[in-house]
Amino acid sequence: MAPRIDVTDLDLYYGSFLAVQGVTLSIEPRSITALIGPSGCGKSTFLRALNRLHEVVPGARVEGKVVLEGSSGQVVDLYGSDVDPVDVRRRIGMVFQRPNPFPTMSVYDNVAAGLRLNGARMNRSALDDLVERSLRAANLWTEVKDRLDRPGGGLSGGQQQRLCIARAIAVEPEVLLMDEPCSALDPISTLAIEDLMTELKEHFTIVIVTHNMQQAARVSESTGFFNLAGPGRPGHLVEINPTGKIFSNPDNRATEDYVSGRFG
Amino acid sequence: MARVPRRPGDRVFAGTATGAGILILVVLAGVAVFLVTEAWPAFTAPPAALPGGTGLAGYVAPLIFGTLVAAVIALVVATPLAVGIALFITHYAPRRLAAALGSVVDLLAAIPSVVYGFWGIAALAPSLVPAYRWAEKHLGVIPLFAGPASTTGRTMLTAGLVLAVMILPIISAITREVFSQVPALHREAALALGATRWETIRLTVLPYGRSGIIGGAMLGLGRALGETLAIAIVLSTSGGITLDLISSSNPSTIAANIALQFPESSGLAVNALIASGLVLFVLTLGVNALARRVVGRRADLSGAT
Amino acid sequence: MSTAIRPAPVIDIPTGTRQLPTRRRLRRSSTAGLYLAGLLAGGALAALSGSGIVLAAGYGAVLGTVAVYVVSRSVEGRRTATDRLVTCVVVAAFGIAMVPLVWLLWTVVSKGARRLDGTFFDSSMLGIVGPGGGGYHAVLGTVVITALAAVISVPIGLLTAIYLVEYGTGRLKAAITFLVDTMTGIPSIVAGLFAYALFAVFFGPGVRLGVAGAVALSVLMIPVVVRSAEEVLKLVPAELREASYALGVPKWRTIVKVVVPTSIAGLGTAVMLALARVVGETAPLLVTVGITNGTNLNPFDGRMATLPVFAYYQLTQPGFPPGFAIDRAWTAALVLIALVMALDLAARLIGRCFAPSTRR
Repeated sequence: MAPRIDVTDLDLYYGSFLAVQGVTLSIEPRSITALIGPSGCGKSTFLRALNRLHEVVPGARVEGKVVLEGSSGQVVDLYGSDVDPVDVRRRIGMVFQRPNPFPTMSVYDNVAAGLRLNGARMNRSALDDLVERSLRAANLWTEVKDRLDRPGGGLSGGQQQRLCIARAIAVEPEVLLMDEPCSALDPISTLAIEDLMTELKEHFTIVIVTHNMQQAARVSESTGFFNLAGPGRPGHLVEINPTGKIFSNPDNRATEDYVSGRFG
Repeated sequence: MARVPRRPGDRVFAGTATGAGILILVVLAGVAVFLVTEAWPAFTAPPAALPGGTGLAGYVAPLIFGTLVAAVIALVVATPLAVGIALFITHYAPRRLAAALGSVVDLLAAIPSVVYGFWGIAALAPSLVPAYRWAEKHLGVIPLFAGPASTTGRTMLTAGLVLAVMILPIISAITREVFSQVPALHREAALALGATRWETIRLTVLPYGRSGIIGGAMLGLGRALGETLAIAIVLSTSGGITLDLISSSNPSTIAANIALQFPESSGLAVNALIASGLVLFVLTLGVNALARRVVGRRADLSGAT
Repeated sequence: MSTAIRPAPVIDIPTGTRQLPTRRRLRRSSTAGLYLAGLLAGGALAALSGSGIVLAAGYGAVLGTVAVYVVSRSVEGRRTATDRLVTCVVVAAFGIAMVPLVWLLWTVVSKGARRLDGTFFDSSMLGIVGPGGGGYHAVLGTVVITALAAVISVPIGLLTAIYLVEYGTGRLKAAITFLVDTMTGIPSIVAGLFAYALFAVFFGPGVRLGVAGAVALSVLMIPVVVRSAEEVLKLVPAELREASYALGVPKWRTIVKVVVPTSIAGLGTAVMLALARVVGETAPLLVTVGITNGTNLNPFDGRMATLPVFAYYQLTQPGFPPGFAIDRAWTAALVLIALVMALDLAARLIGRCFAPSTRR
């Protein structure tokens, strides 16, 4: 069920400003792909283009092709003229930098939010089931099972982030995008999320943007390095390779400088 | 590249919200159109047919004069006071009390205008009578205090003072807002140079807040121009254009005149009143647009620094 | 600086004898004492010349300020003296602003309390000449017309705010923002004339209808609702919207189910404040609804009584003997103030009690 993502020659604009230029890459199913690079090089923008979330920013647009290829072979062009961005986002979930549970909802309602907000009608026991399954998958069930009716904002930062992951996987997406999911968390919570990612990759295609190179090295199968072509120039993908190679013997000099901490 | 929402729900909801916004355009256009429609007969009528018998210009001119005089008195009295209040709340009052004191001043804005009229005619006006008598006796050479002093206190000056109290919270709220946004760094820099509190305020707060004061004063002016009931109750209106502020024969104001005459008017008199309302509409629109521009420009400036 | 800052002493002098470079300063109590002395002197002066309390306070404030300035100038120098002078002036400005507030409230309460009885709330003015009678019909009329105004303006105002925050782009948004600002400045009497003119076109001249009053109040209320609702909606973090979009929730559902519930307390406050703003409006109702002595609760059928207009006519056209009507007028004014304050208080309570914890 986890699909493969093929990106061909993707350009991203904010108005007339070209932010990211000419990205071509493939993201393998049931694996973790990490995107690293200095601040402002467009990796988060690129990630948001994968589920068309960039469209909520006025003036943002893309040129190029993003194709989702299911395991059974069916192919969907994400930017096809007959494709609804809302459907794209149901198939491609996202976890954000800062945990953002809905403040008006309980823990339970947060997990059920994706279905409820979409107006799905489900009987109570099926919904209970789904909430428990999602919370278990996010390794949060044992910690919150006695306070499902408390506000989601009352959990700790790390728990909130796992709640957001549970919320994202409850709608049963095929791909999970994570935009620096641990940057607002302490080391122990970070470890919990990393363990969770390794479990989740059995079922999902995961793309993670991270500033933390150790994290990329720990969790990902392959790593892409984004960089700015120069001051004021658009960001671009320098190289994408298996993670081991990126960190030991990258093809590009800039990659080596970056991973060895010489800039960025 | 605005992407058109594709889902029916989205389309309906976006359409409704946009429609509501457009409705506001329509309403405002409607205000102008209907006022002009109902005022039109007064523009085309022969001068003798209108109340006063001197034509529309002759009818409206004293009203415009009265409106301006009352508003200017209010502005002259209220602006320095409002700046003082804003300074007190933002820079002098103890931090913990500041918010509470601010809402006490805001209470002035919550009192309905008809109640101000009550207070003006029953409490303020009588207590000002001795002052008017004194002014007539000692300052009578100045045309403003020529007299004869009113024995009821229902003078232009009283009306202006009531208006001043009414616009005080408006001016002070805007000024306060701007004063509280003065960057702490500016203030600390002045303090670090050994400036006293007043020198700090003069060097940092007042220059930064100047456009806020001007904008706030103009919004207050807009409010004062359109204020109706308080003046209709307080002001004794039996005269024409005069500079005398303390007598009982004053020109009325546009708004007060409408409130006083409208219920008993019919035919062309109504059209003439609506025509005067149109003049007031244009007047306040101009003042408010100018005020917004002044306040808005400040926002641009502070955004750049 | 008039005094040079002396370098700190090199030798360690035991604490207690160490001389810090200080300037002579007045103690806090002595400045306050000076001001008070001035106030008292002013009061005494005013009492001797036989003038009122307000004038006495005025004399006193001036004398107190002068006393503080003169003494400070001679002890502390020009700069500090100016600073103290300004402090006195600023505090006095606030004090002056409190005078009309207290005076007004006192006047209304003391005069309004005379007829604050059961009869005021359970009888109308139908067939009343002289004593008795009340504002029953006017209170209910105000409730009906204000409620109708809310029914018209709350949906329009909230939807416009949603348009401006969530959908608006380009020129239309700029135009609507500008016009909402402009509408805020429409004099209330002009709003009344507009509603009259609108209904006169359809029902002929001289029309008086409750619904016309509601339309007039709506013209005043809509911009207030829009502006404050806009501020509240802007406070909802973009992250919450994105979280919802990322779950594949369409935009309109995101607004209805996430954005609005998150800001519901603020929206409630916005509506209450707008109601407080229009409930005391007199001028627009004077020209659109008029007044009547009986109880008419149907806004689509002729004249109605409303509390502010009732108060106005009872005071300005009291009939003979005037005392009874004037007493009713003051009670109506007192009830009106109480109504406005109650709405104001409700607005604050809603804001405080129903705010969701946006803490993260």
